[in-house]
Amino acid sequence: MALKGDLRSFSIVQLLNLVHLARKTGRLVIASEGEVAELYFQDGKLVYAALRSRPHSLLDVLYQARRLTAKQYKALKARAGNLNDKALGLLLVNAGYFTPQDILTILKDYYTNIVRRLFAWIEGRFVFESGVPMPKERIPVKLGLGNLIVEGSRQLREWERLREEIPDLNMALKFVEQPQTDVKSLNLSVEEWRVIAYVNPKNSLRKIARTLKMSDMEIRRIAYALMQAGIVELVRPDDYRPKRVIQHAFVNRSKEESISLVQRLINRISSR
Amino acid sequence: MQAVKIVVTGPFSAGKTQFIKTVSEIDVVATERKITGADERAIKESTTVAMDFGRLTIDDDLVLYLFGTPGQKRFDFMWEILSEGMLGFIVLVDSTRPETFREARNILETFKAYAPTPYVVAANKQDLEDAWDVEDLRIALRLPKDVKVVPCVAVDKESVKKVLLELLYSILEWIESGQAHRQPKEIEPK
Repeated sequence: MALKGDLRSFSIVQLLNLVHLARKTGRLVIASEGEVAELYFQDGKLVYAALRSRPHSLLDVLYQARRLTAKQYKALKARAGNLNDKALGLLLVNAGYFTPQDILTILKDYYTNIVRRLFAWIEGRFVFESGVPMPKERIPVKLGLGNLIVEGSRQLREWERLREEIPDLNMALKFVEQPQTDVKSLNLSVEEWRVIAYVNPKNSLRKIARTLKMSDMEIRRIAYALMQAGIVELVRPDDYRPKRVIQHAFVNRSKEESISLVQRLINRISSR
Repeated sequence: MQAVKIVVTGPFSAGKTQFIKTVSEIDVVATERKITGADERAIKESTTVAMDFGRLTIDDDLVLYLFGTPGQKRFDFMWEILSEGMLGFIVLVDSTRPETFREARNILETFKAYAPTPYVVAANKQDLEDAWDVEDLRIALRLPKDVKVVPCVAVDKESVKKVLLELLYSILEWIESGQAHRQPKEIEPK
């Protein structure tokens, strides 16, 4: 029977923990934010992972890992594009391009990064189909889940904290008027400098994240770090439009009437 | 008879119900229910689920209502309803519980987003030993210098009156500056 649910009630980390402890074999399919991930497990270990939106043949993985140049990638695609991963792997090993260990290490890193990416998926649906074997044409690895679960738990806690600190990505950043810290004296990362280049009340955090191709978690983490350093503060963006603005008590009163009303309140409360 | 209202908001267990009780001339109409969550029950037995409601008669023709919002996030749909037509709002913060400061900041941001009215932050429970200093609280809540943070003891009538008066002074300045009667910009659909 398939295990189904949503990530709000059962997180990725909890799912991995379940697979790990119960030493499950099967396929876990997770759909979130227009993306679908497929993870295959054997006896509680990750053997294969892919994101459906991204090319994930061995050739693509080697190219994405920068172990093939664009020229080599094109040439191999033309000559061996119809080979499955196992056959291609064998070809590359026999031709002396890679050792079997190289290929396994690159695949492990690739699958690990997919799982890391899933940790940022807070909403979505999942289904675990017990016993479904991984695609035969793919190269299996055996990746223990223990470290990933620990890493995921840390990220989940950080994610929850960041979501509480910066709940709305429609907010923008602006430089504080009198910073206590000199930006130049700070040891900022390249990513932090890239965000700083876009700090402007016109740019929502969501816009900055899209422009810089950052995940929600990354932009929150950087924004929070810059806020904590006292360089920037969170503001409503210039073009922010609330869904609705409520009417206050003075909308239908003249200025004089309003002043008189508030003065009556002040006088009465002062004398109580 | 004219009726006007001030909204008292803030995190769970900040002292909103007590604040209104202290100054209201009627028994506060409280919609409290027993708390079911173990963590929250450790802090207090019951919580406001819809609103608290207190009244102060100003004169023959004017009455001030005080509305307390529910503090727990799951009742936040009530905030907007209660805020319609208000004079301004008070954000009450328990100065002894820094774990609620982040929530106070989120509540404040939510109110500021749809309520163009003045507000003050009342640093409650200032009589307790563990209370954070008002200026430290300002930093923790990331409040700019022009926002009033008023020390408060919600069981003390004079203290509650001072918070109300500080808010009313801010409202008066706001009206006198012409901001209250500035035509709001047309809100375009996204």
